Amino acid sequence: MKSKSVVKARFGPGDAVRVLDAYPLGHVRTPFYIRGKTGTVERLCGAFPNPEELAQMRDGLPAQPLYRVRFRQQDVWPDYRGSSQDVVEVEIYQHWLEKP
Amino acid sequence: MGGMPAGKVDRSEHDYSDWERRVDAMAVLLGRKRRLTVDERRRAIETLAPQAYDALSYYERWVVALGQTMVQRGIITSAELARRMLEVEKRG
Repeated sequence: MKSKSVVKARFGPGDAVRVLDAYPLGHVRTPFYIRGKTGTVERLCGAFPNPEELAQMRDGLPAQPLYRVRFRQQDVWPDYRGSSQDVVEVEIYQHWLEKP
Repeated sequence: MGGMPAGKVDRSEHDYSDWERRVDAMAVLLGRKRRLTVDERRRAIETLAPQAYDALSYYERWVVALGQTMVQRGIITSAELARRMLEVEKRG
């Protein structure tokens, strides 16, 4: 993929990120349960055509960086009863992430 | 979907019927031929009315999504699809 058709990665491993607490129309890969939550970037997975655009029959370019973000389960589920060490990892596109 | 309350998960195993396998194969073929993205299929499924979503089985939702997407892309027309559906109905 040509470099100019890829959005530059703004975050790196260890960075704290918050998922946008937004509910737009269209096909969105960001799960409802993780919106508005704060986690830590575990790794950059690469850059991929934006699925929200692919869903509308466009080319999805420029490609969006995709991150695996780690959240503490107790931060995600208000009534979580498991260990405080438990985590859930979700792959989230950069345009859904902001600095907390 | 996505953290909404949805009741218990059915964990029982079941075989796929032939038509379900064919729907899956059709989706794979359309993807390979660049006539369908996973995201288009998902969007079509997510935009089903809630009553339709609940009434249709998993692969029935795929059938609707594939048809919707092919019509939107102009690969088939609604009229062609309608005629074909009538033909298949007659075949029984």
